[in-house]
Amino acid sequence: MSLWLPILIAVPVLGAVLVALLPKGSDTLAKWLTLGVSLVVMVLTLVMAFQFDTGAKAERFQFVFEKDWIPSFGVHFGLGVDGIALVLIALSVVLTPIVIAASWHDADAPHAKYSVKTYFALLLVLEAMMIGVFAATDIFLFYVFFEAMLIPMYFMIGSYGGAQRSYAAIKFLLYSLFGGLLMLVAVIGLYVAAGKNTFLFPELIGAIQDPTTQKWLFAGFFIAFAIKAPLVPFHTWLPDAAAQAPAGAAVLLVGVLDKVGTFGMLRFCLELFPEASKWATPLVIVLSVVGIIYGAIVAIGQTDMKRLIAYTSISHFGFIAMGVFAMSQTAQSGATLYMVNHGFATGMLFLAAGFLIARRGSPYIADYGGVQKVAPLLAGAFFIAGLAGLSLPGLSSFVSEFMVMIGTYSSSAFGSGALGVAAVISAVAVILAAVYILWMVQRVLHGPATESVAGMKDLNKRELWVVAPLMALIIGFGFFPKPLLDIINPAVNHTLQSVKVDNPAVAEKGAGQ
Amino acid sequence: MNTIPAPTIEYGTLAPLLLVFGAAVLGVLVEAFAPRYLRRSIHLPLTLLGLAGAFVLVVVQTVTSGVPKSAVAMGAVAVDGPSLFIWGVILVLSFVSVLLINDEGHFVASAAAVPGSRDEEEAEASGNAHTEVYPLVLFAVGGMMLFPASNDLLVMFVALEVMSLPLYLLCGLARRRRLLSQEAALKYFLLGAFSSAFFLYGIAMTYGYAGSVELAGISKALATGGVLDPLLLAGLALLGVGLLFKIGAAPFQAWKPDVYQGAPTPITALMASGVLVAAVGAVLRVFWVALGNMDWDWRPVMWGVAALTMLVGAILAITQTDIKRMLAYSSVAHAGFLLVGVLATYDAAEGNEKSLGAILFYLLVYGFTTVGAFAVVTMVRDAGGEAGHLSRWAGLGKRSPLLAGIFAFFLLAFAGIPLTSGFFGKYAVFTAALGSGAEAGDSLGAWMTGIVVVGVIASAIAAFFYVRVIVLMFFSEPAADGPAVVAPSVSLKVVIGMALAVTLVVGVFPQPILDIAGQAASGLFIR
Repeated sequence: MSLWLPILIAVPVLGAVLVALLPKGSDTLAKWLTLGVSLVVMVLTLVMAFQFDTGAKAERFQFVFEKDWIPSFGVHFGLGVDGIALVLIALSVVLTPIVIAASWHDADAPHAKYSVKTYFALLLVLEAMMIGVFAATDIFLFYVFFEAMLIPMYFMIGSYGGAQRSYAAIKFLLYSLFGGLLMLVAVIGLYVAAGKNTFLFPELIGAIQDPTTQKWLFAGFFIAFAIKAPLVPFHTWLPDAAAQAPAGAAVLLVGVLDKVGTFGMLRFCLELFPEASKWATPLVIVLSVVGIIYGAIVAIGQTDMKRLIAYTSISHFGFIAMGVFAMSQTAQSGATLYMVNHGFATGMLFLAAGFLIARRGSPYIADYGGVQKVAPLLAGAFFIAGLAGLSLPGLSSFVSEFMVMIGTYSSSAFGSGALGVAAVISAVAVILAAVYILWMVQRVLHGPATESVAGMKDLNKRELWVVAPLMALIIGFGFFPKPLLDIINPAVNHTLQSVKVDNPAVAEKGAGQ
Repeated sequence: MNTIPAPTIEYGTLAPLLLVFGAAVLGVLVEAFAPRYLRRSIHLPLTLLGLAGAFVLVVVQTVTSGVPKSAVAMGAVAVDGPSLFIWGVILVLSFVSVLLINDEGHFVASAAAVPGSRDEEEAEASGNAHTEVYPLVLFAVGGMMLFPASNDLLVMFVALEVMSLPLYLLCGLARRRRLLSQEAALKYFLLGAFSSAFFLYGIAMTYGYAGSVELAGISKALATGGVLDPLLLAGLALLGVGLLFKIGAAPFQAWKPDVYQGAPTPITALMASGVLVAAVGAVLRVFWVALGNMDWDWRPVMWGVAALTMLVGAILAITQTDIKRMLAYSSVAHAGFLLVGVLATYDAAEGNEKSLGAILFYLLVYGFTTVGAFAVVTMVRDAGGEAGHLSRWAGLGKRSPLLAGIFAFFLLAFAGIPLTSGFFGKYAVFTAALGSGAEAGDSLGAWMTGIVVVGVIASAIAAFFYVRVIVLMFFSEPAADGPAVVAPSVSLKVVIGMALAVTLVVGVFPQPILDIAGQAASGLFIR
């Protein structure tokens, strides 16, 4: 029993309660308190992460905490992390303080619709839910976090978002709820079909043997995750939600919340229903490739910066899903790494775009031009974030995208060379990415400074503090992704063992010994 | 000469029921003899004490002497685990509803005065009040308690009438929008009378087949006789119509929106919680105890009714513009979810215990959330009384964030979002249904999975209109002349506080209530 994870969840919840209880008019205090709490969570997580054992004999799930919650249903309050969950929790807790600093004035008057402290309390609640959803080893608990985390995000979009916020919020909620309810049927079905009277994930691996049952349950889980991720054709809510959400919330939405979908595919779909996963692989790969290309092409045509970034994310989620279902060590490690890197890169791009929009008051690319000359630092940040988005070598996304493509190309999971076609087609997206990013950069940053951006202020100190750590992470992991991969690889191994796919990497090691 | 043997009545076991009826009779005497200005101050403590005393009796009896093993009052009333649980739930819910009723301004000063006439003005000016409301509610509550506990179809019919007649009256007593209220009362009375007639005719038919009106006798007759007897099938259908009318299952749901909208809101709260609890209990008893041996015959029909009820409730709720009508259709949808639980019968009795426990749990959590939601509705008022039209609720989140937040929480509980009690209710019922299908393993399994999928789709549709109200309250601009939120009285605060506490605490720690419901269900129904 380790108390690390419960504490990590409890601290932001308590922080949220404190912030919500602050008297009226103490907005600044609320902001600093929120930032303080999120920094404490971040430090705690990093301390915990350094105790994570990556050795060969290490347990898969570490920092395990299990307590009976609802014995009648066989539900435990079960927490624990493997390498994949750990890096995603780390992503969440690192992004949260950055987002808090970035949205310092997002909830202020005059665009404030609700009190400032509510916004920051919601952020902390969301942080607790994000940690919980990745740390849950009980499938029921996972479901509870999966659904409950919609509510704070719903209010953040609906109360603090752009002009179409109410439409976007309700679309986001209904899509996710529908997927969640399908998953609920599958969760209950899994419980009933397994007949083990428990929801603990490690005990349920291999519990469902009947192929037909597997396929139905797989479908329930997969559709929920495909809506969440989102994969084409379940993606239409994302551009609306991301474009209407305040920039900070959009970062958490696209950077972390959507990762729950791909995380769920990797953790739950593959391991609980291995046969069904292999059976569905062709379909998923096709959907992923379609998403990769479609997202990229549609992104090129966008006139609104936030929508453009949202569509690039749809393309990137295609890569992640392709990596997950390519069933090879390289591809799955790459996909997991992609989840983290995409969070940082897209997060930075959203934030930089948010800074631009906050200054100019318009999300449309056409309203900008020549920002480079007036606000060089801001333009630089936007540019680097854009380069990370198009996976320039030397920046972190490149490593992961490369791993996914290599891993998919060389995967023997589905007939030798069959997945190679998918990898080759998806490589086209690299070129498309250069088009959508560089063209946006050109229109926004370069050329003569237009009148509308004339008086634009450059990044202030707070904003520099937002951008600097992200830039450091993007460049740092671009050159040295090993620490992350060391944590991720053993977990991916476990996944592949559960799926019973021949893992070339493991086979080689075995031969060498 | 033959002497008529005196029936044995177990007064101890029936004490809670007798106490409620006794308090009601005392209430009538108060009406007759106490001076007008004193009546209310006598009625309120009398009613509350009666209900609270009955609740204490239920608890003490269950704890000290356990659950009776056989039916009492010559086999007419079955005070078993489910009955005791339902009694407890009904007593608490009606206690809370009485607190709501006690709030000023819900009831008409003189029901006989023509709306808009001088008589009405005079009655209001002289401070008249219909204090008969309290004994009427007590009679209705007594009927609600007897209804699911009757072990005999005739007793059940009497209970049905004792429960319904006071409610017909109470529906017509709203202070505002009196024509709507009177229309609701008349509709409810006429349709209710029809359904009672159906029920009674069903009893006659069933008696013709089984030669008995006792549930156990019918069950025994089914075990030996053929099940394709026209008398039996007709009786079954007519009984079903009568019972399903009371829980508002489709296609017998038409009365619900009109009545819920027209009735004074505290009475609506009582009907939406107490009557539903009682009626579902009665449905369970009739279908599981008396007709349990022919479940192959009623299951397909019940399947269709459950599916239709969920979908009709969820879909029609979307088009509603009045908050009370919307909640009425939501109640229809929830009746459908409960019927999914009724369908979940197993071959082995232990399985049924699980389904029964799930339904009892659902009844409790749904009842509390419902009372809480209607209590909030009573607080949002404008010049003409309660602000019923949904557009009037726009921007409420800005004017009174706390109240809007609480209401949003209740709505999320109705929608079944995790960390609210409503989620576990739905979860328990769906699990029981899937479990019963998996156990059967044949085509029944597919049907049970099918009804759960229909339930989930209905939940998703229902989520839309619950969320729409939240959008309206929080994300829309408030109207310039929007309704005012009245300062809540102490009793109103207690009501909303209790509903909130149950919805929240059970949403996080359902185990204690699940345990109690499971224990209540563990003996199943006695025969």
